[in-house]
Amino acid sequence: MASLVAKQEEEREGSRGLGNIAFIAVLAVAAAVIFGITRWVGQSYAFFAAYVVVQYIVLGTAWNILGGYTGYVNFGITAFFAIGAYSTVVMYKLTPWMPLPVMVLVGGVLAALVGLGTGYLTLRLRGVFFSIATLALAVVVQTLFTNWDFVGGARGAYVLRPRLAPLIGGEYIQYLFLVMLGLCVIVLATARAIERSALGYGFAAIRDDEAAAEASGVPTLRLKLIATALSGAFMGMAGAPLPYYVAYLDPASGFSLNYAVNAIAMPLIGGTANWVGPVVGAILVGGLQQYISVTISSAVNVLITGLLLVAFVILAPQGIVGLFKRRQP
Amino acid sequence: MTALLHVEGLGKRFGGFVALQEIDLEVQPGERLGLIGPNGSGKSTLVNCICGTLNNEQGGVRFDGTAVNGLTAHQRTRLGLARSFQLPRPFGSLTLAENLRIPILYAVNARGGHSLSGQAILTRCLELLGQVGLAEKAHRLPRDLTQIEMRKLELARAMAAEPKLLIADEAMAGLSHAEVDEILALLIRLNGQGVTVIMIEHIMRAVMAFSQRLAVLVAGRKIADGDPKQVVRDPEVVRAYLGE
Repeated sequence: MASLVAKQEEEREGSRGLGNIAFIAVLAVAAAVIFGITRWVGQSYAFFAAYVVVQYIVLGTAWNILGGYTGYVNFGITAFFAIGAYSTVVMYKLTPWMPLPVMVLVGGVLAALVGLGTGYLTLRLRGVFFSIATLALAVVVQTLFTNWDFVGGARGAYVLRPRLAPLIGGEYIQYLFLVMLGLCVIVLATARAIERSALGYGFAAIRDDEAAAEASGVPTLRLKLIATALSGAFMGMAGAPLPYYVAYLDPASGFSLNYAVNAIAMPLIGGTANWVGPVVGAILVGGLQQYISVTISSAVNVLITGLLLVAFVILAPQGIVGLFKRRQP
Repeated sequence: MTALLHVEGLGKRFGGFVALQEIDLEVQPGERLGLIGPNGSGKSTLVNCICGTLNNEQGGVRFDGTAVNGLTAHQRTRLGLARSFQLPRPFGSLTLAENLRIPILYAVNARGGHSLSGQAILTRCLELLGQVGLAEKAHRLPRDLTQIEMRKLELARAMAAEPKLLIADEAMAGLSHAEVDEILALLIRLNGQGVTVIMIEHIMRAVMAFSQRLAVLVAGRKIADGDPKQVVRDPEVVRAYLGE
């Protein structure tokens, strides 16, 4: 009997498919195809809209690493996102020659450090108390940036978007989109690799029962710090190209509630169990929002997201992916 | 022979309440120790202090020659100290096989020496589930289990960490007569494989059948320790359980 089960499992493991490298290759090809199609459409609006959707894939996946895999609900998304954005503003002023991918990396490192710090201070809090602490973090960081004159304070800062994209030619938004696509490939590959590794099992154990995880040898504090740092880093990276995208960054836009709501709603709507969920959620909800923005009004966005979120939490708590998942035999 | 577990002068308070006081306890390698005491006598607190879930203010714990005071629970698990929880605490979103995978990845593999990977982990998980009779449910979720199966999973997960000492905290509470015998046989078989076992239990039939030595906690103090048959006749023990 045991050997039969082992065989079934072997098949299951086999059907889990691609290795990490092959998966990155597939993602890269998909990204190239998407970029090709967008370029073929040839309108700058297509790039602007697609950028937002891909940005939400990154943001949603980043949130899911801590919120979905590890079970710690972070409401302070805008803190990390804006740290990335504002670090780009600072570099734009001090070192404007720096290539964008490097700025993204710096923004990611800064947000990771903040994630590590907050994690260290707040991870002794469980459940809703951790969430409240992250909410407070967002308020604190917003206050800091609002009162920091160098980055424009409450007035905001202008960031001149270069006219032409480096390397690939065409408008600069094409370059922004390409950078975000590249980031998306990295983030998705990381998320999937985590799921299949010991780290992913450790995260799941923490999510299910922290004391039992600790008793099973899982170094819970260290793993939670890895999750907060990684999640924070990816959020910061998602925010880093923002100043170039909006060309004018003020606290109201950098810390917009939309980012926080969407980054939580999209994984929840898509499904938090694996990397596919945030992707499905971001494409569906993000795409819908873009469609509504041009057809009805951009103000209806948050309402739609809110309604969808409520509907899914009540009717399909496992998200869209959960609806399609085969039940265990 | 040096003791595997050596608890010396251990004391634990919760605010003004003294939960444990001056506990001395030695467990020899390979031994089967029973630990009994009325509700609230501090048995689970003692387990938590030994396993690192709680920190004791006084006294010390030595395990396998290492002073474990100040070590976290997961570090103690890696040293070879495993416990099952009084109320089963399975990882609810993971299948049974995956539940056992956690201690294999994080205790056995982290310990150094032999390290399992890929197919070997799965084989080991199924082997362990087979030992407790749960192999057929390897890919089910814990919510599909009955109460006794849950206890078995709890024990299997503790065993998956390949411990030198297993502390079974009321693994039989609420089970039927036949089910108690099943768990009892399981623990004795485990002991036969060389694992030292401390059994905390209220069911005296099981305790007497299992224990080579019996220790009694009452109101945070150890009042007796020795041969089970003599300990249960000890006037102080009788008074603690039955009153004057």
